[in-house]
Amino acid sequence: MQIVEELLKGSRVALARAITTVENEYDEAVEVMRQLYAHTGRAHVIGITGPPGAGKSTLTDKLAKEYRNMGKTVGIIAIDPTSPFSGGAILGDRIRMNDLTLDEGVFIRSMGTRGSLGGLSRKTSEAVKILDAFGKDVIFIETVGVGQSEVDIVKMADTTIVVMVPGLGDDIQAIKAGILEIGDVFAINKADRDGADRLNIELEAMLDLSQERTGWRPPIKRTVASQSEGIRELVATISEHIAFVNQSGELEKRRTQRTRNEMLALLQEAVSRQILNRTNADGQFDALVKTVEHREKDPYEVVEKILRDLMK
Amino acid sequence: MANESLKAKMEAYTAKVEKSLAKRPERVNLAHNRLYTPLDLGDFDYEAKLGFPGEYPFTRGVQPTMYRGRFWTMRMYAGFSTAEESNKRYRYLLESGGTGLSCAFDLPTQIGYDSDDPISEGEVGKVGVAIDSLRDMEILFDQIDLGKVSTSMTINAPASVLLAMYIAVAEKQGVTPDKLNGTIQNDILKEYAARGTYIFPPKPSMRLITNIFEYCSKNVPNWNTISISGYHIREAGSTASQEIAFTIADGIAYVDAAIKAGLNVDDFAGRLSFFWNAHNNVLEEVAKFRASRRVWSKVMKERFGATNPKSWMLRVHTQTAGSMLTAQQPDNNIVRVALQTAAAVLGGTQSLHTNSKDEALALPTEDSVRIALRTQQIVAYESGLADVVDPLGGSYYVEALTDQIEKECWDYIKKIDDLGGAVVAIEKGYIQKEIQDSAYKWQMDVETKKRVIVGVNQFQIKEKAPEGLLRVDSSVGDFQKQKLAKLKAERDNAAVQAKLAALETACKDEHANLMPFILDAVRVYATLGEICGVMRKVFGLYEAHTTL
Amino acid sequence: MEKRIRVLVAKPGLDGHDRGAKVVARALRDAGFEVVYTGIRLTPEQIAEAALQEDVDVVAMSLLSGAHNTLFPKVVTLLKEKGAAGKLIIGGGVIPDADIPGLKAAGVSEVFTPGTPTNSIVDYIKANVK
Repeated sequence: MQIVEELLKGSRVALARAITTVENEYDEAVEVMRQLYAHTGRAHVIGITGPPGAGKSTLTDKLAKEYRNMGKTVGIIAIDPTSPFSGGAILGDRIRMNDLTLDEGVFIRSMGTRGSLGGLSRKTSEAVKILDAFGKDVIFIETVGVGQSEVDIVKMADTTIVVMVPGLGDDIQAIKAGILEIGDVFAINKADRDGADRLNIELEAMLDLSQERTGWRPPIKRTVASQSEGIRELVATISEHIAFVNQSGELEKRRTQRTRNEMLALLQEAVSRQILNRTNADGQFDALVKTVEHREKDPYEVVEKILRDLMK
Repeated sequence: MANESLKAKMEAYTAKVEKSLAKRPERVNLAHNRLYTPLDLGDFDYEAKLGFPGEYPFTRGVQPTMYRGRFWTMRMYAGFSTAEESNKRYRYLLESGGTGLSCAFDLPTQIGYDSDDPISEGEVGKVGVAIDSLRDMEILFDQIDLGKVSTSMTINAPASVLLAMYIAVAEKQGVTPDKLNGTIQNDILKEYAARGTYIFPPKPSMRLITNIFEYCSKNVPNWNTISISGYHIREAGSTASQEIAFTIADGIAYVDAAIKAGLNVDDFAGRLSFFWNAHNNVLEEVAKFRASRRVWSKVMKERFGATNPKSWMLRVHTQTAGSMLTAQQPDNNIVRVALQTAAAVLGGTQSLHTNSKDEALALPTEDSVRIALRTQQIVAYESGLADVVDPLGGSYYVEALTDQIEKECWDYIKKIDDLGGAVVAIEKGYIQKEIQDSAYKWQMDVETKKRVIVGVNQFQIKEKAPEGLLRVDSSVGDFQKQKLAKLKAERDNAAVQAKLAALETACKDEHANLMPFILDAVRVYATLGEICGVMRKVFGLYEAHTTL
Repeated sequence: MEKRIRVLVAKPGLDGHDRGAKVVARALRDAGFEVVYTGIRLTPEQIAEAALQEDVDVVAMSLLSGAHNTLFPKVVTLLKEKGAAGKLIIGGGVIPDADIPGLKAAGVSEVFTPGTPTNSIVDYIKANVK
């Protein structure tokens, strides 16, 4: 495919186009992903998550610059929520990264969630692979940052950074449920504000209580992203993490799990598409839906019958 | 009780009206009550709420006789193209009866770049005059006696540099700094929140501002060191209450910063001034002006413990609302500006700029500027609005509205205090978001015709393209570049480097007042871009917080 | 998945008056578009590169300072040079009628002057994005 060839040759236009193709599920989308797949698996994928106002975009901007100073190329996927009412979205993270725009070693793409929950967009995983195939060394995924349910990021990232900020009140209580478990590294951003010490102590206490499963105790790093403070140290910690999980076999375990999840998802999608195509060739499935809706049949027996017929 | 009888009668009136509403419906989207009576004022305490003009809490005005002695300063904002061109316009305005100057600078100047900087491309001389060095400033005020004229400069992030240039020009004219009268806008917080011409982050910006307060209190005592501006907040789409609330919150932040820097509140507070927008809704605007004076005087007296009555006064410059002018049927704008002028005068402004009818299309021509100035003169000399102090005082409606706006203002100030003050509220995007929500609501009201804009969404006509608009020659950029090249060839470059190095060292010392160093650099013709470049190097750049 | 129209809303040049740009950005979002908002004070290079990376269908620029004749066409040219032509370029702001033919000749598809209701911008985009 021409778009794939151009992308692999380094065309940013083709890269941008490929992401659109996949995001909008154009006909060529699957073929694009197939042809790129062999070129993926090389990038270090870093997730950035945390509550709104924590400074995720500014932190991502500064981390990207630090990686650029180290000679690495960078891809960034910044996700913002899609309005469930209009389907539209304001993608505003890029505003904090305007001075990365003209660095040819950086590619930033903003995506709307388009109905997906969990803090990512529906095609984040594909967009990551496309940037990976393009040759980006480091790929950041900046999540929406609206809720506490943003745990999908761990499924996609090799290293997940949870960004916190002092003075958001009882955020610790609010997030301890899910987000504490997904953080490989914690960043206390805006650490020049009052309350940074307290937040640090609280976080440490929480981490003391949580179960240690992998032998990696998530470090807590302080940053003032707007002043570029603490960035180098944070990058060093990220490197330690990736080295650790690499050596401990955890990275491979995560990646295997990720591949498995993706294959399962593809399989489920393909199977249900197939089944639907066959069982609804003349609208039989829609007719069955009506009978269930009218309580003439129950859905359990209908599904079982469909499966039995298919297996024949 | 009289009140009981009035209450009963009011209820009867309301019941009667409500019944007839089905037959005779009222217009939708009316913000205020149908009718105001003494009931809306409750136990109105005249002395506490209004007092006398020139006295606390200054609701009725800051001077005892207001316009009976002297009219407000008629100050027309002007400047475009080169210093040479703008100098001609200034002299024209002074000859036409203008009583003060108001300098508009182009965007590169406002953001601290020289005309030859690549970032300035296309912008040089467009929205104001291009000033690159003291040499331009000398040309700008050529044959204008700085000892006699009062000059307002709309300059914020690099206000210290332009003020230094003004002082240096005066020196050359033989006018000492203590004889200088005027204002620099110098209000960085509203730049972050609404106007966008910021350079440095809040901390060094606040330092520059307090440096100016301190320097001027000793050396330029008649200079208004800041014009804390609601104008642009309103232009960005805020409501009347938000305009004064966010601005007073900014004012609180400046006073806090100056006190923290070791200044005595009464030493600088008397030189603080404000800048309001005169919008379309005449009586709401009048109430806004009155409420703002009352709030500020309480802030200064009660919150900051200022003891000099001058510190309690909210003195205000006003400009009519540029965003309310329409590109459609531009002659109608003359009427809008006349009503806005009435609002500002009834509100008790100290000086006024009236916009010209063609400003929704381009910079104003000399003819349209004259009409705008004449509008002020007609209101002053012919309308009678300026003959009595606070003539609307005591109107049930205006007093109730003044109270209401005051309350909304305090509510916002409380909210901003809770967030940690104006600087934090801006960094969190809170103020920006409130303004944007109001702006969006306004736009949707216009589009659904809940709000009628004459000539725009009703009463449209087929129009010919307007003619005779002012165009800024695009060769201005080249002209400025040539002047800069010549300057850099002629000046003492070793002296420039030495003064810039001294400035850099001073920037790094938090306790140094930067004004003398800037003045030194300006005097040897270091350019605006060079001086701001040094400060950019030490202070860094502000990164905007935008939320939609 | 249905295609979403993507629009870059940007302010080239140095002017900070973003009321119009923000109101338009919101209105476009409410019309179901994905709006990449890049804020104030962008160079034409930054705008063209952002439009390329985001693969937007529309580049909407707002400018009140009078620098439109220099800056709008520059964005068009840069997009061409980068191989990312074919986007709908629209402009808005204080733009004299006399300048509009020149801007259109330079590749700006449409210019919206003050007083334009946001829904006419929405309609124009819907009608003209391929």
